[in-house]
Amino acid sequence: MKSTIPPNEQRNTRMSPLGYPTNLLAPGQTYETVNETIGSIVLRNRQPATWWIGFVVAFGLLMMFFFALAWLFIRGVGIWGINIPVAWGFAIVNFVWWVGIGHAGTFISAILLLMFQHWRTAINRFAEAMTLFAVACAGLMPLLHLGRPWLFFYLFPYPDTMGLWPQFRSPLVWDVFAVSTYFIVSLLFWYLGLVPDVATLRDRADKKWQKKFYGVLALGWRNSAEHWQRHQIAYLLLGGLATPLVLSVHSVVSFDFAVAIVPGWHSTIFPPYFVAGAIYSGFAMVLNIIIPVRKLYHLENLITERYLNNMANVMFVTGLMVSYGYLIEAFMSWYSGDIFEQYMMLNRAFGPYGWVFWVLMLCNVIVPQALWSARIRRNPLTLFIVAFFINVGMWIERFVIVITSLSRDFVPSSWGMFFPTVWDWAVLFGSVGLFLTLLFLFVRFFPMISISESRELVAEPQKANAL
Amino acid sequence: MSEDWVYGLVAEFESDAQLMRAAEETYAKGYRKIDGFTPFPIEGLGKALGKSNRIPLLVLLAGILGGCSAYFMEWFANVVSYPLNIGGRPLHSWPAFIPITFELTVLGAALTAFFSVFVLSGLPKPYHPMFNLPEFERASQDRFFLCIETVDPQFDPVRTRLFLETLRPLMVKEVAK
Repeated sequence: MKSTIPPNEQRNTRMSPLGYPTNLLAPGQTYETVNETIGSIVLRNRQPATWWIGFVVAFGLLMMFFFALAWLFIRGVGIWGINIPVAWGFAIVNFVWWVGIGHAGTFISAILLLMFQHWRTAINRFAEAMTLFAVACAGLMPLLHLGRPWLFFYLFPYPDTMGLWPQFRSPLVWDVFAVSTYFIVSLLFWYLGLVPDVATLRDRADKKWQKKFYGVLALGWRNSAEHWQRHQIAYLLLGGLATPLVLSVHSVVSFDFAVAIVPGWHSTIFPPYFVAGAIYSGFAMVLNIIIPVRKLYHLENLITERYLNNMANVMFVTGLMVSYGYLIEAFMSWYSGDIFEQYMMLNRAFGPYGWVFWVLMLCNVIVPQALWSARIRRNPLTLFIVAFFINVGMWIERFVIVITSLSRDFVPSSWGMFFPTVWDWAVLFGSVGLFLTLLFLFVRFFPMISISESRELVAEPQKANAL
Repeated sequence: MSEDWVYGLVAEFESDAQLMRAAEETYAKGYRKIDGFTPFPIEGLGKALGKSNRIPLLVLLAGILGGCSAYFMEWFANVVSYPLNIGGRPLHSWPAFIPITFELTVLGAALTAFFSVFVLSGLPKPYHPMFNLPEFERASQDRFFLCIETVDPQFDPVRTRLFLETLRPLMVKEVAK
């Protein structure tokens, strides 16, 4: 797919006093160029060769995931490295990591919507899809960790023949409600935004199967003013509902730890610190995905450098909050005067898993300092590298929290080490395969940028010029 | 021309501002069975066409209902149906019931917001007369349409057409039912 604008003119010429391009859309965009640029990726199916390579790799990982799950269902969780005391292994680390990644999507689509940040337009659909797939991966993890995953429905309150109810005082039950609500709301939000675009694809499609496929998904959407009015208010309300939801979901996830008495977990800073970390890793993931996509599909004039810079800024600020969280954790463990907390901190930095902690510091605290430089923030390649470090770092953060604390709690006689097995790694990378496969299919079959919102920016360029 | 096969008269416009002006004039003329079709939402167009919106109230009610039923469920399960003494803590430990109450408030409200868009609009609806107009494909791309339905009491095949033409549209056409 080639855009209709010659590459030389794709650069934004106007600069703000800070040196950023002032336009959200590159100059010269019309309704038709926007429709064509975004729509043709899906309708004409001109996928670059890299799409196929990426898809094959992702699909291979997905098959590995299924293989690992099949073995898990046959043999049970004993194939993983978990033991007593470290009963929460990779499954929970992966769970928290994936939920966190999902949060940037909601942050971009909901919170920025409420703040009338129109720069979200080019990335919100993508970020919402990312949320949906990340939450799907996240939701699987605790289920796989159940031991008897086929009895997962015991988690839900239903009048069963055993006369039992879930224990509603347990954060683990809160988690079931938080994550499933989050998944449903993310799905609704994503689909509601997608319906007008699917209608555009229906009307632009040449092939019969495309007309049918998008026609069914568009549900008969006909762009009526009355429907738009309902659509807009419902979209805004869903944004308003998703905003506290995203804060609550990761707070509830952090309660899984904070309500327990394990040293290193039992801490009041956990909810805000987890939420900041979630947005941090989520923005890193958005950048890691959108930078290659933007390059491969030549979307530089829709996803301009200003978007990348804005995302880098949000990522950097939340990263500083996370660094503050690390600092306060260390300070409080000393200041508490509690010997178990003090030992936890020493063990975290200098114990058997100490090297993991220092890798964490490198990835999440030291490398992101590069983002002080505007040159690094505005260069897609350097930004990609920093974001990659952060993604790895945020996974390691959850490893440090879960594994280090569990492996050495109060009584030395109950200490034990955790070593991941090949099946642990297969589930981690397999879930990445699931995520990427869904993402590749999404890019292939759905418009990755909201077409109707981009048309709105064409009609009202003053919105796009605000800076 | 007022045969039964006509659903309405449609005027096509090039820009959102033209359609907005046309909508205001049409409403001022007394037409009520009217609708606009635009490739992106235009603020105030629904109001200009005299459309009301009940979604916020429905969402509020559904949220309240969701929250109340969640709290009731937790109270009933952990206090009445299956009381469990954990370290002597009160059975009705309300702070622990708040997270799920909140989640289900959001869930109830969100489901209502989503479904009311479609249910109130009569969607999903695969067939609609507007789709009979070949040009209508552009309503989702780059053109703006205004339709006056024949069921409007003010509708007159000739006078309505003449009125629409005064709005300087790109074209005026009948839409088959």
